[in-house]
Amino acid sequence: MQSIGKRAAMLGVFSGGAILLGYVESLIPVLFFVPGMKLGLANLAVVLALYYFGPGDAAVIQLVRISVVGFLFGNLFSIAFSLAGGFFSLAVMCLAKRYGRFTVYGVSTAGGVSHNIAQICVAAVLVENVKIVYYLPVLLLSGLATGLLIGLAGDETMRRLGAPPKFYDAVSNQ
Amino acid sequence: MKHRERRLNRWDMALVILVLAAALAGFLLELTWTGQGASLQITVDGEVFGTYQLDKDQTIDIGGGNRCRIEDGAAWMEWADCPDQLCVRHTHISRANETVVCLPNRVTLTVLGGEDGEVDTIVS
Repeated sequence: MQSIGKRAAMLGVFSGGAILLGYVESLIPVLFFVPGMKLGLANLAVVLALYYFGPGDAAVIQLVRISVVGFLFGNLFSIAFSLAGGFFSLAVMCLAKRYGRFTVYGVSTAGGVSHNIAQICVAAVLVENVKIVYYLPVLLLSGLATGLLIGLAGDETMRRLGAPPKFYDAVSNQ
Repeated sequence: MKHRERRLNRWDMALVILVLAAALAGFLLELTWTGQGASLQITVDGEVFGTYQLDKDQTIDIGGGNRCRIEDGAAWMEWADCPDQLCVRHTHISRANETVVCLPNRVTLTVLGGEDGEVDTIVS
Protein backbone atom coordinates (compact mmCIF):
# COMPACT_ATOMS: atom_id res chain seq x y z
CA MET A 1 0.00 0.00 0.00
CA GLN A 2 1.68 3.20 -1.15
CA SER A 3 -0.40 5.84 0.58
CA ILE A 4 -0.08 6.33 4.31
CA GLY A 5 -3.75 7.25 4.47
CA LYS A 6 -4.88 3.99 2.86
CA ARG A 7 -2.60 1.98 5.11
CA ALA A 8 -3.91 3.76 8.21
CA ALA A 9 -7.48 3.21 7.05
CA MET A 10 -6.98 -0.52 6.40
CA LEU A 11 -5.21 -1.03 9.73
CA GLY A 12 -8.12 0.79 11.39
CA VAL A 13 -10.67 -1.46 9.68
CA PHE A 14 -8.79 -4.59 10.73
CA SER A 15 -8.24 -3.36 14.30
CA GLY A 16 -11.94 -2.52 14.50
CA GLY A 17 -12.80 -5.99 13.22
CA ALA A 18 -10.48 -7.58 15.77
CA ILE A 19 -12.01 -5.56 18.63
CA LEU A 20 -15.52 -6.43 17.47
CA LEU A 21 -14.63 -10.13 17.34
CA GLY A 22 -13.19 -9.80 20.84
CA TYR A 23 -16.50 -8.30 22.00
CA VAL A 24 -18.52 -11.09 20.34
CA GLU A 25 -16.30 -13.62 22.09
CA SER A 26 -16.83 -11.93 25.47
CA LEU A 27 -20.59 -12.53 24.98
CA ILE A 28 -20.09 -16.29 24.62
CA PRO A 29 -20.31 -17.85 28.08
CA VAL A 30 -17.34 -19.92 29.22
CA LEU A 31 -18.25 -23.49 28.37
CA PHE A 32 -15.18 -25.33 29.57
CA PHE A 33 -13.89 -24.47 32.98
CA VAL A 34 -10.27 -24.72 32.10
CA PRO A 35 -8.26 -21.51 32.34
CA GLY A 36 -7.27 -20.22 28.94
CA MET A 37 -9.74 -22.29 26.95
CA LYS A 38 -11.50 -19.99 24.53
CA LEU A 39 -12.41 -19.60 20.90
CA GLY A 40 -9.83 -16.95 19.96
CA LEU A 41 -12.14 -15.37 17.38
CA ALA A 42 -10.09 -12.16 17.35
CA ASN A 43 -7.17 -14.17 16.03
CA LEU A 44 -9.03 -14.29 12.69
CA ALA A 45 -8.37 -10.57 12.15
CA VAL A 46 -4.71 -11.03 13.12
CA VAL A 47 -4.26 -14.02 10.77
CA LEU A 48 -5.84 -12.07 7.90
CA ALA A 49 -3.67 -9.03 8.65
CA LEU A 50 -0.60 -11.28 8.61
CA TYR A 51 -1.52 -12.54 5.13
CA TYR A 52 -2.63 -9.19 3.69
CA PHE A 53 -0.23 -6.71 5.30
CA GLY A 54 2.65 -8.71 6.82
CA PRO A 55 4.07 -9.28 10.34
CA GLY A 56 4.64 -5.63 11.33
CA ASP A 57 1.09 -4.49 10.69
CA ALA A 58 -0.31 -7.69 12.24
CA ALA A 59 1.68 -6.88 15.40
CA VAL A 60 0.24 -3.34 15.49
CA ILE A 61 -3.30 -4.71 15.17
CA GLN A 62 -2.60 -7.31 17.85
CA LEU A 63 -1.34 -4.60 20.25
CA VAL A 64 -4.30 -2.27 19.59
CA ARG A 65 -6.76 -5.14 19.93
CA ILE A 66 -5.37 -6.42 23.23
CA SER A 67 -5.16 -2.93 24.77
CA VAL A 68 -8.67 -1.86 23.73
CA VAL A 69 -10.42 -5.15 24.54
CA GLY A 70 -8.45 -5.36 27.79
CA PHE A 71 -9.45 -1.89 28.96
CA LEU A 72 -13.08 -2.38 27.86
CA PHE A 73 -13.76 -5.88 29.17
CA GLY A 74 -10.80 -6.86 31.31
CA ASN A 75 -8.18 -5.44 33.63
CA LEU A 76 -4.43 -4.82 33.65
CA PHE A 77 -3.92 -8.38 34.75
CA SER A 78 -5.80 -9.88 31.81
CA ILE A 79 -4.00 -7.47 29.44
CA ALA A 80 -0.58 -8.73 30.55
CA PHE A 81 -1.87 -12.28 30.22
CA SER A 82 -3.23 -11.69 26.72
CA LEU A 83 -0.06 -9.92 25.59
CA ALA A 84 2.04 -12.97 26.45
CA GLY A 85 -0.20 -15.37 24.55
CA GLY A 86 -0.95 -12.95 21.72
CA PHE A 87 2.60 -12.02 20.84
CA PHE A 88 4.07 -15.48 21.29
CA SER A 89 1.42 -16.94 18.97
CA LEU A 90 1.93 -14.11 16.45
CA ALA A 91 5.69 -14.77 16.43
CA VAL A 92 5.09 -18.49 15.87
CA MET A 93 2.59 -17.77 13.09
CA CYS A 94 5.08 -15.42 11.37
CA LEU A 95 7.79 -18.10 11.52
CA ALA A 96 5.38 -20.82 10.32
CA LYS A 97 4.28 -18.66 7.40
CA ARG A 98 7.79 -17.52 6.51
CA TYR A 99 9.76 -20.75 6.87
CA GLY A 100 7.14 -23.51 6.62
CA ARG A 101 5.01 -24.60 3.67
CA PHE A 102 1.84 -24.39 5.73
CA THR A 103 -1.48 -23.15 4.37
CA VAL A 104 -3.54 -20.71 6.43
CA TYR A 105 -4.92 -23.74 8.30
CA GLY A 106 -1.47 -24.79 9.51
CA VAL A 107 -0.40 -21.23 10.33
CA SER A 108 -3.56 -20.59 12.35
CA THR A 109 -3.28 -23.96 14.13
CA ALA A 110 0.33 -23.22 15.08
CA GLY A 111 -0.92 -19.88 16.43
CA GLY A 112 -3.77 -21.39 18.47
CA VAL A 113 -1.62 -24.12 20.01
CA SER A 114 1.32 -21.82 20.80
CA HIS A 115 -1.06 -19.23 22.31
CA ASN A 116 -2.31 -21.82 24.79
CA ILE A 117 1.20 -23.10 25.58
CA ALA A 118 2.38 -19.54 26.29
CA GLN A 119 -0.58 -18.78 28.54
CA ILE A 120 -0.22 -21.94 30.64
CA CYS A 121 3.48 -21.12 31.11
CA VAL A 122 2.67 -17.57 32.24
CA ALA A 123 -0.02 -18.91 34.56
CA ALA A 124 2.39 -21.46 36.06
CA VAL A 125 4.92 -18.69 36.75
CA LEU A 126 2.27 -16.37 38.22
CA VAL A 127 0.87 -18.87 40.70
CA GLU A 128 4.26 -20.56 41.14
CA ASN A 129 2.65 -23.98 40.80
CA VAL A 130 4.02 -26.14 37.99
CA LYS A 131 1.20 -28.64 38.43
CA ILE A 132 -1.15 -26.60 36.28
CA VAL A 133 0.62 -28.09 33.24
CA TYR A 134 -2.01 -30.71 34.05
CA TYR A 135 -4.23 -28.64 31.73
CA LEU A 136 -1.78 -28.75 28.83
CA PRO A 137 -3.19 -31.76 26.90
CA VAL A 138 -6.72 -30.32 27.01
CA LEU A 139 -5.40 -26.92 25.95
CA LEU A 140 -3.40 -28.51 23.09
CA LEU A 141 -6.61 -30.08 21.76
CA SER A 142 -8.62 -26.87 22.16
CA GLY A 143 -5.85 -24.87 20.47
CA LEU A 144 -5.89 -27.38 17.61
CA ALA A 145 -9.68 -27.20 17.22
CA THR A 146 -9.93 -23.41 17.39
CA GLY A 147 -6.84 -23.02 15.17
CA LEU A 148 -8.41 -25.16 12.43
CA LEU A 149 -11.71 -23.28 12.82
CA ILE A 150 -10.03 -19.88 12.51
CA GLY A 151 -8.02 -21.27 9.57
CA LEU A 152 -11.28 -22.26 7.84
CA ALA A 153 -12.77 -18.81 8.49
CA GLY A 154 -9.58 -17.14 7.22
CA ASP A 155 -9.48 -19.35 4.13
CA GLU A 156 -13.12 -18.61 3.28
CA THR A 157 -12.59 -14.88 3.86
CA MET A 158 -9.57 -14.79 1.56
CA ARG A 159 -11.46 -16.73 -1.13
CA ARG A 160 -14.12 -14.03 -1.06
CA LEU A 161 -11.93 -10.94 -0.69
CA GLY A 162 -9.35 -12.30 -3.11
CA ALA A 163 -5.92 -13.76 -2.50
CA PRO A 164 -3.46 -11.39 -0.78
CA PRO A 165 -1.80 -9.92 -3.95
CA LYS A 166 -5.15 -9.40 -5.70
CA PHE A 167 -6.71 -7.79 -2.66
CA TYR A 168 -3.62 -5.63 -2.19
CA ASP A 169 -3.88 -4.30 -5.78
CA ALA A 170 -7.62 -3.75 -5.53
CA VAL A 171 -7.19 -1.63 -2.41
CA SER A 172 -4.14 0.26 -3.70
CA ASN A 173 -5.64 1.20 -7.05
CA GLN A 174 -8.93 2.53 -5.82
CA MET B 1 -20.54 -32.74 -8.04
CA LYS B 2 -17.53 -30.52 -8.22
CA HIS B 3 -14.37 -32.25 -7.15
CA ARG B 4 -13.55 -31.19 -3.60
CA GLU B 5 -10.07 -29.80 -3.43
CA ARG B 6 -7.81 -30.59 -0.53
CA ARG B 7 -7.52 -27.60 1.72
CA LEU B 8 -4.87 -28.88 4.10
CA ASN B 9 -1.48 -29.75 2.64
CA ARG B 10 1.06 -32.25 3.99
CA TRP B 11 2.65 -29.73 6.35
CA ASP B 12 -0.74 -28.90 7.87
CA MET B 13 -1.60 -32.58 8.32
CA ALA B 14 1.80 -33.26 9.90
CA LEU B 15 1.21 -30.41 12.38
CA VAL B 16 -2.30 -31.67 13.24
CA ILE B 17 -0.99 -35.21 13.82
CA LEU B 18 1.93 -33.89 15.88
CA VAL B 19 -0.39 -31.90 18.18
CA LEU B 20 -2.81 -34.84 18.50
CA ALA B 21 0.08 -37.16 19.38
CA ALA B 22 1.44 -34.70 21.96
CA ALA B 23 -2.00 -34.32 23.56
CA LEU B 24 -2.52 -38.10 23.62
CA ALA B 25 0.91 -38.64 25.18
CA GLY B 26 0.03 -35.99 27.76
CA PHE B 27 -3.25 -37.67 28.63
CA LEU B 28 -1.56 -41.08 28.96
CA LEU B 29 1.14 -39.55 31.15
CA GLU B 30 -1.53 -38.02 33.37
CA LEU B 31 -3.30 -41.38 33.70
CA THR B 32 -0.17 -42.80 35.32
CA TRP B 33 0.14 -39.59 37.32
CA THR B 34 -3.27 -39.45 38.90
CA GLY B 35 -4.22 -41.78 41.69
CA GLN B 36 -6.70 -41.54 44.49
CA GLY B 37 -6.29 -38.19 46.20
CA ALA B 38 -5.57 -38.06 49.91
CA SER B 39 -5.16 -34.39 50.78
CA LEU B 40 -5.55 -30.92 49.39
CA GLN B 41 -2.69 -28.44 49.28
CA ILE B 42 -3.50 -24.75 49.02
CA THR B 43 -0.87 -22.29 47.85
CA VAL B 44 -1.00 -18.48 47.81
CA ASP B 45 1.66 -16.61 45.80
CA GLY B 46 3.57 -19.89 45.47
CA GLU B 47 3.79 -20.33 49.25
CA VAL B 48 2.05 -23.31 50.85
CA PHE B 49 -0.94 -21.93 52.74
CA GLY B 50 -2.03 -25.23 54.21
CA THR B 51 -2.62 -28.93 53.59
CA TYR B 52 -5.97 -30.48 54.48
CA GLN B 53 -7.26 -34.06 54.60
CA LEU B 54 -9.84 -34.76 51.89
CA ASP B 55 -11.76 -37.23 54.06
CA LYS B 56 -12.61 -34.52 56.59
CA ASP B 57 -15.45 -32.20 55.53
CA GLN B 58 -14.45 -28.59 56.10
CA THR B 59 -14.58 -25.03 54.81
CA ILE B 60 -11.32 -23.10 54.51
CA ASP B 61 -11.04 -19.32 54.25
CA ILE B 62 -8.05 -18.42 52.12
CA GLY B 63 -6.94 -14.90 53.02
CA GLY B 64 -10.34 -13.24 52.61
CA GLY B 65 -10.39 -13.47 48.79
CA ASN B 66 -11.30 -17.12 48.39
CA ARG B 67 -13.21 -19.80 50.25
CA CYS B 68 -12.64 -23.49 49.62
CA ARG B 69 -14.95 -26.36 50.57
CA ILE B 70 -14.01 -29.99 51.11
CA GLU B 71 -16.86 -32.49 51.20
CA ASP B 72 -17.15 -36.23 50.47
CA GLY B 73 -13.53 -36.51 49.38
CA ALA B 74 -13.76 -33.72 46.80
CA ALA B 75 -12.68 -30.09 46.96
CA TRP B 76 -13.85 -26.99 45.16
CA MET B 77 -13.68 -23.21 45.34
CA GLU B 78 -16.92 -22.15 46.95
CA TRP B 79 -16.46 -18.40 46.64
CA ALA B 80 -13.95 -15.93 45.20
CA ASP B 81 -13.93 -12.14 45.07
CA CYS B 82 -12.45 -12.00 41.56
CA PRO B 83 -14.54 -10.87 38.56
CA ASP B 84 -14.08 -13.87 36.25
CA GLN B 85 -15.18 -16.61 38.72
CA LEU B 86 -13.38 -19.26 36.66
CA CYS B 87 -12.16 -21.09 39.75
CA VAL B 88 -15.64 -21.16 41.28
CA ARG B 89 -17.15 -22.73 38.15
CA HIS B 90 -14.35 -25.27 37.85
CA THR B 91 -15.41 -28.89 38.35
CA HIS B 92 -14.79 -30.43 41.76
CA ILE B 93 -11.38 -32.08 42.15
CA SER B 94 -10.57 -35.33 43.95
CA ARG B 95 -7.83 -37.15 41.96
CA ALA B 96 -4.13 -36.63 42.69
CA ASN B 97 -2.53 -33.69 40.82
CA GLU B 98 -5.84 -32.16 39.79
CA THR B 99 -5.60 -28.41 40.23
CA VAL B 100 -7.93 -25.43 40.49
CA VAL B 101 -6.36 -22.03 39.88
CA CYS B 102 -7.60 -18.59 40.85
CA LEU B 103 -5.22 -16.50 38.75
CA PRO B 104 -6.26 -13.00 39.92
CA ASN B 105 -5.62 -13.91 43.58
CA ARG B 106 -2.76 -16.30 42.70
CA VAL B 107 -4.35 -19.08 44.71
CA THR B 108 -4.11 -22.74 43.72
CA LEU B 109 -5.79 -25.86 45.08
CA THR B 110 -3.89 -29.07 44.29
CA VAL B 111 -4.86 -32.59 45.29
CA LEU B 112 -1.96 -34.64 46.63
CA GLY B 113 -1.86 -38.42 46.36
CA GLY B 114 -1.70 -40.78 49.33
CA GLU B 115 1.89 -41.86 48.65
CA ASP B 116 3.21 -38.30 48.65
CA GLY B 117 4.40 -38.92 52.22
CA GLU B 118 4.73 -35.92 54.51
CA VAL B 119 1.06 -35.06 54.60
CA ASP B 120 0.42 -32.89 57.59
CA THR B 121 -2.77 -31.27 58.60
CA ILE B 122 -1.99 -27.69 59.32
CA VAL B 123 -4.64 -25.77 61.16
CA SER B 124 -4.18 -22.07 60.62
